[in-house]
Amino acid sequence: MPRSTISFIRRGQRVDVSNIDPKTTLLDWLRLHERSTGTKEGCAEGDCGACTVVLARERDGKLVYEPVNSCIMLLGQVDGSEVITVEDLATSQGLHKVQRAMVENHGSQCGFCTPGIVMSLFALSHAGREIIDRSAINDALAGNLCRCTGYRPIVDAAIQACSDHSPDHFDARAEKTLELFKQFRSLEDVFVGDDDSFFAAPAAESSLAFLVQKYPDATLIAGATDVGLWITKGLAPIKKLIWLGRIRALAGVEETEATISIGAGVTHETAAPYLAAIDQDFSEIAGRFGSQQVRTSGTVVGNIANGSPIGDWPPCFLILDAELELRAGLATRTLPLEDFFIAYKKQNREPGEYLRRVILKKPGAHDHIRLFKITKRRDEDISAVMSAFRITVEEGLITQARIAFGGMAGTPKRAQSAEAAIIGLPIKDIATWRAGAEGLSADFSPLSDHRASAEYRMRVARNLIIKALAEMAGVPSSSTRIVGLREDAHVAP
Amino acid sequence: MSPHDMLDVSQKSLRHVGKSLAHDSAARHVQGSAIYIDDMPEPEGTLHIAIGGSPVARGLMRVLDLDAVRSAAGVVTVLTADDIPGKNDVSPAMGDDPMFAKDRVEFIGQALFAVVATTRDAARRAVRLVKSTFDEEPPSVTVEDAVERNETVLPNYEFGRGNTDEAIAGSRVKLSGHFRIGGQEHFYLEGQVSLAIPGEGDELLVYASSQHPTEVQHVVARVLGISDAQVTCEVRRMGGGFGGKESQASQWAAIAALAAKLTRKPCKIRLDRDDDMMLTGKRHDFRVDWELGADENGTLRAAEISLLARCGYSADLSQGVVDRAMFHSDNSYFIPDVRISSRRLKTNTVSNTAFRGFGGPQGMLAMERMIDALASATGRDPLDIRKANFYSEGRDKTPFGMSVEDHDVLHQLVSQLEISSDYRARRAHIDAFNKESPLIRRGIALTPVKFGISFTLTQMNQGGALVHVYSDGSVHLNHGGTEMGQGLFLKVAQIVAEEFGISLHRVRIMPTSTGKVPNTSPTAASAGTDLNGMASMLAARAIKERMAKFAAESRGVNPGDIIFRDDAVFVGNEKIEFAALAKACHAGRIHLSKASHYKTPKVVWDRPTAVGRPFYYFAYGAACSEVVIDTLTGEMKLERVDILHDVGRSLNPAIDIGQIEGGFVQGLGWLTTEELVYDAKGHLKTHAPSTYKIPVASDIPEDFRVSLFDGANREDTVYRSKAVGEPPVMLAISVFSAILNAIQSLQPGTPVPLNAPATPEEILKAVQALGGGGGF
Repeated sequence: MPRSTISFIRRGQRVDVSNIDPKTTLLDWLRLHERSTGTKEGCAEGDCGACTVVLARERDGKLVYEPVNSCIMLLGQVDGSEVITVEDLATSQGLHKVQRAMVENHGSQCGFCTPGIVMSLFALSHAGREIIDRSAINDALAGNLCRCTGYRPIVDAAIQACSDHSPDHFDARAEKTLELFKQFRSLEDVFVGDDDSFFAAPAAESSLAFLVQKYPDATLIAGATDVGLWITKGLAPIKKLIWLGRIRALAGVEETEATISIGAGVTHETAAPYLAAIDQDFSEIAGRFGSQQVRTSGTVVGNIANGSPIGDWPPCFLILDAELELRAGLATRTLPLEDFFIAYKKQNREPGEYLRRVILKKPGAHDHIRLFKITKRRDEDISAVMSAFRITVEEGLITQARIAFGGMAGTPKRAQSAEAAIIGLPIKDIATWRAGAEGLSADFSPLSDHRASAEYRMRVARNLIIKALAEMAGVPSSSTRIVGLREDAHVAP
Repeated sequence: MSPHDMLDVSQKSLRHVGKSLAHDSAARHVQGSAIYIDDMPEPEGTLHIAIGGSPVARGLMRVLDLDAVRSAAGVVTVLTADDIPGKNDVSPAMGDDPMFAKDRVEFIGQALFAVVATTRDAARRAVRLVKSTFDEEPPSVTVEDAVERNETVLPNYEFGRGNTDEAIAGSRVKLSGHFRIGGQEHFYLEGQVSLAIPGEGDELLVYASSQHPTEVQHVVARVLGISDAQVTCEVRRMGGGFGGKESQASQWAAIAALAAKLTRKPCKIRLDRDDDMMLTGKRHDFRVDWELGADENGTLRAAEISLLARCGYSADLSQGVVDRAMFHSDNSYFIPDVRISSRRLKTNTVSNTAFRGFGGPQGMLAMERMIDALASATGRDPLDIRKANFYSEGRDKTPFGMSVEDHDVLHQLVSQLEISSDYRARRAHIDAFNKESPLIRRGIALTPVKFGISFTLTQMNQGGALVHVYSDGSVHLNHGGTEMGQGLFLKVAQIVAEEFGISLHRVRIMPTSTGKVPNTSPTAASAGTDLNGMASMLAARAIKERMAKFAAESRGVNPGDIIFRDDAVFVGNEKIEFAALAKACHAGRIHLSKASHYKTPKVVWDRPTAVGRPFYYFAYGAACSEVVIDTLTGEMKLERVDILHDVGRSLNPAIDIGQIEGGFVQGLGWLTTEELVYDAKGHLKTHAPSTYKIPVASDIPEDFRVSLFDGANREDTVYRSKAVGEPPVMLAISVFSAILNAIQSLQPGTPVPLNAPATPEEILKAVQALGGGGGF
């Protein structure tokens, strides 16, 4: 029998929730059911971070603390976690070091974003970093909008709080918390509700395959960073939800000599180091994907499954000749990622079928990788244009080219004319770069929208070809970029 | 008795004033225990409201079928214009903002009806069941649409002096151009929210997130057809305001009040983010047409500036906003012959409203844009052109006739910043860099700010306070100002604690209530502390004088010899605890409560004749910004910012620096990433943070140096401080000028067609116009 409650830890106690609308968000549960109103709703779409809370979870025998947007996270997704909110940080001994630093540095003005910021910094203070630099703080805060302070005092507070490595009361009771987690048997399926309305959180992949076949009309979620918006903004009348976040078989990244396979339950956060190892531009893009809160919930495969023309990963994976593995019941099939995207909002996926994993081919010794993301705002913004390049250069000549774009068509798409235009040409020749840019005209006729005009998209896409090829030809990125410079990138420890 | 001579506070050892104390709510903010309206425990039976808006921007409503809405689950009632017992008008003054549109609709999202339901979710779901039909008309969306139709919300207005046509014609350098300035969404983190609780009879208690509780009170009374005295509006704090809750919080409060009156239940409305962004006004966007004449050295001889403001569908505060744009179109520069004209254009978009700076930023940007063009045309450094045109001795008359008396502050401040920012050396370095860098270009700019302080509608320059001293020596502080994060409550409490010589914790800061201090002005125009700080000081002083007199009489000394300090009162060698004296005063039948009032001196402005002194004083500042741009993509990075800003004698340096940094970053967003996009039908396409991008932490420069200019306000303000709320927004113009400067390096002398906001797309467009943007 599956467990029929959503169960988690709250303030040191186990909480079991059974009688609940399956699409209830964590934020609504906190504010309306528990009446903990410290956590705020600023946008209900995971962009402002006022609703940030921290989930503590067990990973490899240790507690990890991750910030999430409670406004678009469904209550069922906290199953097996400890939910920590802004009310839980101070003790009878006084404010938590993060809170104290915020007060001492004048980090709050109107105070409405403050609970979310405190929780993001709380998570950062538990991230186990020896030294805290500005880019780590920018990363930690990219998902928290503050309209009053201009951030400088918050950055100072982050430096102060995270330089203090003394343990807090969460560290002090970590053993006890880990002990509490043991009662949530991780191999047990969870099914809350009935045939008409439920939140299912299977632990076994076989249960998932069964549920997806039995309820082909159910909505499958991983991070729910998109489906959450269908609920809060679209008021979608979703009744049946299947969450794949508890399935071990889908939670891993597997690496071979030639490939990287990312399971459907793998978050952006978990995948980031593997992707960063491909090329440092992957690290740059991984760091600009959504925000910390989105990256700890949302999944890499979800970014594909969702089929959006402006997802950041599909172009990056198209150049790596990625393949998808899909499963329906007991049957699995693989197909090239390129063939998954049929048209705008239409993918090659049958009812009762789900994406298991994406398999990336690692670049070869002669391959050069470049990725560029063009947005109005550097952090936490959706691409106007996303571009990805894998160019094989042998003895100065381009022998193979993979160029893919997002934001330029109804689906993420390869630029095959541009690719063809440069094959066989010398990489160092400016004429080659221009030929690539010219070739693009035959590939796309982009649309104008609120992110960019068609003219801008086309112009930038062409210029990015020039930029990528120039860099590959040896022009230092300090002469071609203002951010994400390759020369001064951090070397992963 | 006047124990504190405030004229030279620097010689005194102040206990509270001038100290960098933390915001009074800081500890609550960080624990989530600061209560905003949506956090208040809901009274039993509280109902929730959602708004149904117009799907078309212009036209006549034919059918509004609410049957399905009314019968939806959880719905208690549905309100329309027909349910309004009083006047269907929530406007601040002009009578042109219906609470619910009845026949004619004028923008997409305009409220047609409100659903009152048992839960917020039920109300939101029910709204979507409406069936309506309209006779649609083509809307005016852009400035050009409105110009073509010649539709305005208010009459045109202009002022100036001399003969600009002749002066420009006779100038060696003649330039002209036009450019666009985008609007801006406030994006206060707490959206519009109100809770109305019905009392006996017509009585209503309205909690609102409003900068103007008195206006909420008046609008509620007007809509319900009851007297102002029946309505109490209370505001503890707002989760941000920035002008967006000055006039435009009233509608939601009034809808909650109407629902409460009709259902006899507490009723709450909280707009979701998309509704908030679509249903409430923004900073006005402008088109500026300009022309100037100057001599070959770049000294201005004349200017013609035409400001075309897109006001949206109604007047709201557009008279004052556009006037203030005109008042700041000179920024810091003397223009011998000048004409500044304005049009307040009507478009079928939400009514634009107050936003920090209140038109000043647009006017000032126009002038700085002109100065940059002049620098380009004359080949001189833009900073030299700026300095050459500063107001100075004998060249001190503004286009509106007021003299700039303390222009020396501007000169000193800019000179100091020029040195401390190392402007000249960095300029040389940047010029050298650009010569060697085909794709990446750098730019730098140092721009000044001169911002007039006072409401230009003279009657609004008044503040009120009510102070009680209880017999245990605790103090109850009420005033007309509202707290939206700017630290007003703390500053005023510091002033009152200083006056009584008591610890700050003895001063209980009360929520703003129309029942305590009546007939208040909005907390706006940066004047919150000037007005309410002074009124509160006067109230505290009056009580203190009564206490001193009582103590003096009982001991046979002069009241002037009594010192209030360290929670005690010193009479010669005798020390009486403040609390003990309060108790004794009460026993001695001394009145320990005082309502006080303050009105700003010197200000008078006669708008029809454009004569007078609209501002009590000016606040100054300057910023030096350095940027780097990518000519392939238009991406921009802000590398370093140096700010020197004049707050007079600071009441609280930490709070003031917070205002300066926060204001600067808000201005940075306005001029770079924040873009409001409307489609041809009048739909706002950027109505959530997913599409509307305010600055995040990585947008601020790593090298960010902010200092306060050392100097007292020459006017007799509270502790010689200066207002600080709005002026820093305009420091961000330095970023825009620096971007322009970087683009200009591609082709010196050629006009740069850069509009605001300078998004990557806008920058790339300008780069292309100067022959760049194509790579190597």
